[in-house]
Amino acid sequence: MKFSVSQTAIDVEAAKKRVADNSCGALVVFEGWIRDHNEGQAVERLEYEVYKPVAEKEGARIIDEAIEKFQVSHALCIHREGLLELSEVAVIVCVSSPHRGEAFDACRYIIDNIKTRLPIWKKEHYVSGISEWVNCEHCAAAGHSHRDH
Amino acid sequence: MKNKVRYFALFREQAGCDSEIIEWQGGTAAELFRMMTEKHQDLKTEAAALVAVNDEMSGWETPLDDMDEVLFFPPVAGG
Repeated sequence: MKFSVSQTAIDVEAAKKRVADNSCGALVVFEGWIRDHNEGQAVERLEYEVYKPVAEKEGARIIDEAIEKFQVSHALCIHREGLLELSEVAVIVCVSSPHRGEAFDACRYIIDNIKTRLPIWKKEHYVSGISEWVNCEHCAAAGHSHRDH
Repeated sequence: MKNKVRYFALFREQAGCDSEIIEWQGGTAAELFRMMTEKHQDLKTEAAALVAVNDEMSGWETPLDDMDEVLFFPPVAGG
């Protein structure tokens, strides 16, 4: 499956092997990690809720779009669900292609669209004991790129 | 007509339930959501919210059919 949801730790090396191809000179990998802070709050752990029936269909669609738009050879994405601890890999995108330019562009396209189009939500559990759904409403505003969170 | 409504993440907490069957006069997903915000006082409209119908992403202004399952997604935050 080009897009899948995993309840267990993502095997990064296995994911890379799935896009390996002798005709490809470039492999671009993006890993999203759980970091220890967000918008001034110390984060202890994070919880992802995924509505799989739609996420899997729409995720596969995003990858097909990237392959067609940037003419890369192979692409995949795996996203975690459930409770994750600091430094765990929350998401991985792997893209292989003959040359690096289109692989970078396709990888960026996939992760940006995964963040805004799939029914995936994250609840941050803070060191203070409070937990909150991360509201990315402002990401819809022009110019905002998720850079800060 | 009848529609099954499902809520996720923040919307589920605001609505106080994960699904319900609504019998109403019919209309668009936006109209149904607006009606639900009147029923559940804590449920708030979010500009970046998304909607799916029968497990396919849809538009807020798409007219609903009888027995459609309507999924209300609060602003998403994957990655």
